[in-house]
Amino acid sequence: MKTAVIVFPASNCDRDAAMALEKVTGRPAQMIWHRETEIPSDIDFVVIPGGFSYGDYLRCGAIASRSPIVKDMVEKAKKGLPVAGFCNGFQILTETGLLPGALMRNNGLKFVCRPQRLRINNGNSRFTSAYGGTPEVTFPIAHHDGNYYAEDAVLNKLEKDGRVLFKYVGNPNGSARDIAGICNEDGNVFGMMPHPERAIDPLHGGTDGINLFKSIIESI
Amino acid sequence: MAQATEITPEIVSEHGLSIDEYQIILDRLGRAPNLNELGIFSVMWSEHCSYKSSRRHLGKFLTKGKRVIQGPGENAGVIDIDDGDAIIFKMESHNHPSYIEPYQGAATGVGGIMRDVFTMGARPIALMNALRFGEPNHSKTKTLVDGVVAGIGGYGNCVGVPTVGGETNFHKGYNGNILVNAMCVGLARADKVFYSAAKGVGNPIFYVGSKTGRDGIHGATMASAEFDDDSEEKRPTVQVGDPFTEKLLIEACMELMATDAIIAIQDMGAAGLTSSSVEMADKGGVGIELNLDDVPQREEGMTPYEMMLSESQERMLMVIQPGKEQLAFDVFHKWELDVAQIGHTTDTGRLVLNHKGKVVCDIPIAPLADDAPNYDRPHTPTEKREPINAETIALTDVSTALLQMVGSPDLSSRRWIWEQYDRHVMTDTVDSSQSGGDAAIVRIHGTNKAVAITTDVTPRYCYADPYEGGKQCVAETWRNLTCVGADPIAITDCLNFGNPERPEIMGQFVGCIDGMNEACRAFDYPVVSGNVSLYNETNGVAIPPTPAVGGVGLIPNLDFYTTLSGAKDGDALIIIGETSGWLGSSIYLREVAGSEDGAPPPVDLSKEKLNGDYVRRLIRDRRTHAVHDCSDGGLLIAATEMALAAGIGVDIHRAPNSCPISGWYFGEDQARYLLAVDPNSVNPILSTAEGKGIFAAQIGTFGGTKVSSNDGLNLELSKIRSTYEAWLPGLMES
Repeated sequence: MKTAVIVFPASNCDRDAAMALEKVTGRPAQMIWHRETEIPSDIDFVVIPGGFSYGDYLRCGAIASRSPIVKDMVEKAKKGLPVAGFCNGFQILTETGLLPGALMRNNGLKFVCRPQRLRINNGNSRFTSAYGGTPEVTFPIAHHDGNYYAEDAVLNKLEKDGRVLFKYVGNPNGSARDIAGICNEDGNVFGMMPHPERAIDPLHGGTDGINLFKSIIESI
Repeated sequence: MAQATEITPEIVSEHGLSIDEYQIILDRLGRAPNLNELGIFSVMWSEHCSYKSSRRHLGKFLTKGKRVIQGPGENAGVIDIDDGDAIIFKMESHNHPSYIEPYQGAATGVGGIMRDVFTMGARPIALMNALRFGEPNHSKTKTLVDGVVAGIGGYGNCVGVPTVGGETNFHKGYNGNILVNAMCVGLARADKVFYSAAKGVGNPIFYVGSKTGRDGIHGATMASAEFDDDSEEKRPTVQVGDPFTEKLLIEACMELMATDAIIAIQDMGAAGLTSSSVEMADKGGVGIELNLDDVPQREEGMTPYEMMLSESQERMLMVIQPGKEQLAFDVFHKWELDVAQIGHTTDTGRLVLNHKGKVVCDIPIAPLADDAPNYDRPHTPTEKREPINAETIALTDVSTALLQMVGSPDLSSRRWIWEQYDRHVMTDTVDSSQSGGDAAIVRIHGTNKAVAITTDVTPRYCYADPYEGGKQCVAETWRNLTCVGADPIAITDCLNFGNPERPEIMGQFVGCIDGMNEACRAFDYPVVSGNVSLYNETNGVAIPPTPAVGGVGLIPNLDFYTTLSGAKDGDALIIIGETSGWLGSSIYLREVAGSEDGAPPPVDLSKEKLNGDYVRRLIRDRRTHAVHDCSDGGLLIAATEMALAAGIGVDIHRAPNSCPISGWYFGEDQARYLLAVDPNSVNPILSTAEGKGIFAAQIGTFGGTKVSSNDGLNLELSKIRSTYEAWLPGLMES
């Protein structure tokens, strides 16, 4: 099992994601610089970390979504490579079009950082199967632009297909239908605003994030 | 090299230099300076850069200790935390800019203090802040709170360093001058600390980071003068921050620091290129020659004067090992940062600047730094106040008073602030503002040890009695670190005062320093870095004396630490330390009795040490479930905060023969701690305390859903919580 984390200028959860992957897989994650053009073929799972890639200039995730490494990542994801994006990573995935919708400024207009309760909306996905029917988890959130938006038809389809994997319990940012995390049609690409990689160690205040990583890794 | 502009007395005065100071420049140069040279002298001799009013008093501080690797005089202080690890930290003010332009002022304050820390080779791991605003209903307060908090968050969140704690007060004394003090703590290897002394002759000088623009010109001079009604016109002297560049700069510096390419490094902070080059040359005893045409510039047609005095952010100056130039270029190009070789070291001891084929400055460096004015300003001590007798202060309804207190500006929840700060990035935050605890706890990455960090000062005590207030701010940080089970190691300080040319202000300054120093010596708790911010005055009205202290301690093993939030149902509530009912200068007196009178609580440093060492011992022996010190608002506020944090009620009773109830519940006697402990631990804890001559008593029990007492106190925790949480959002959304 080999995992990788893509590093953009001003990614700042790259080390956190790598620590989580190492904890769950027992092997260090490979860090891939944004200027590289290819994800090595032996990589089984890619994380796009949180942060402020390119300073959030233009739009959150917009510049990163056009970087050389992301081009290759998109192609491989379309062929089935499992990819997860957290926070800024989710924003980048929506900018690539791998995931539908967009993340707008929080409806409270402020950056918001707090432990956030989440309902597992579909426990049978490749990213949630290890939760074994647990109804709720708590992950930290820390974002300014996490207000998920998509057109009603898109939201209806996401819900009907069981692709809304997590919903907020107590909506912190105005997201449509309390959506916190979604996957693509094939179920191999997942994005969420909360930070599962910050809920790995008892000292973080909880270890609810471990099973998310376990789920996808066990599915490979 | 003659320049067209003639230096008139008006120009000298506009540069904030006195006639006497200008005369010294004439003597040292043996001629009149040109405008560039005058500008350079003026910023180097500004209060902000030269510490000319404070230097002789700062020299009294205890600055050495067995864990001190580097004390004051470098970009930040360095302490040893065992296993080859070092902690590098400093606190700094950004008061004047934050009042003029709150978002950018606060943001660049955070950026500046981080650069001070990573300049020395440390990766920043935690940010703290100490904020003072004017009265809540003052017309500017809301805008300032909103902008400052957004600026701190906007910068720290982007760079990806957690903002883990701080403090915020409101008082009319800050109506015209808010205080924004930011602290950064970084982690380095003890044998890989970088210093600013330039060495060698002919070594290349590199400029790295953002381009130089016209922002912040004369910021240091602005920060060395009072405000008046026209101060808003100074907005162009406030710098603009770019946390994205800062993040790249950190990563690039860390990468280059892992090699042996850097001889010396200094960030360009106040007074930008001037102070960084002069300080590096002065410390290394060398000269510096710069070609200003090579400085990366944001705008066309910048003059040497503008380039040397610009305070554009996110810039560093380095002396690079000859032969390693290409390595440096490669690293900075990888991170897409501007980088240029702009000069070299010389053996002349002079600062020489070339611009468009002409020498535009040629002055000796020694007078700029070492011969800066050093004033012994007259100081008159603050008159002592009488204590307040608690017998004379009525308390009719404890419940009403408690609600009034927890819903007051200084005691209510700061959730509205800290939810805007990323407190968890880097995933080593063990405890932060989220718990309301006494000190933040940040794990040393990859280990099972942690640093504890706190900031504190009680300005109302310092105003009433600078000496006792000075002792108290140091003692409270020491106590806060003790509360989480840390060994307090060292402090940084940020000394915010009014105009030092007024003897009563200078008296406050000297009083506070003497008190702080006494406490530092009593605890063997040295000052390793700091900053002085004077002239916090508007139209002749000064702020209350506010020597903010940032304390750092070590938790050697995270298997043994405590916060205020661990009380369990059935736990006993124990108080350590005596309660005489000291109400002078207390929050109760101000909020409930409507008076700011009275002497502040005296600080008995030997009792502080005795009680604190005992509490730390109990934490390490795993005798405690929760610990909290009694500070602002006194015993009942501390107990209520423990109950709120645990989500469990507490029933309190008075100790036998105690003082009047106003003083018992709300007195602010020092050297006191509250402990939540298992009932079986009560007797051993009390008897050991007795043997050590420490006052200790059980004064309550945790359980249920109420905060109650046999003095008529009877409040549901939920009611207290809603009052506690409502005040600040209520203010900001009004």
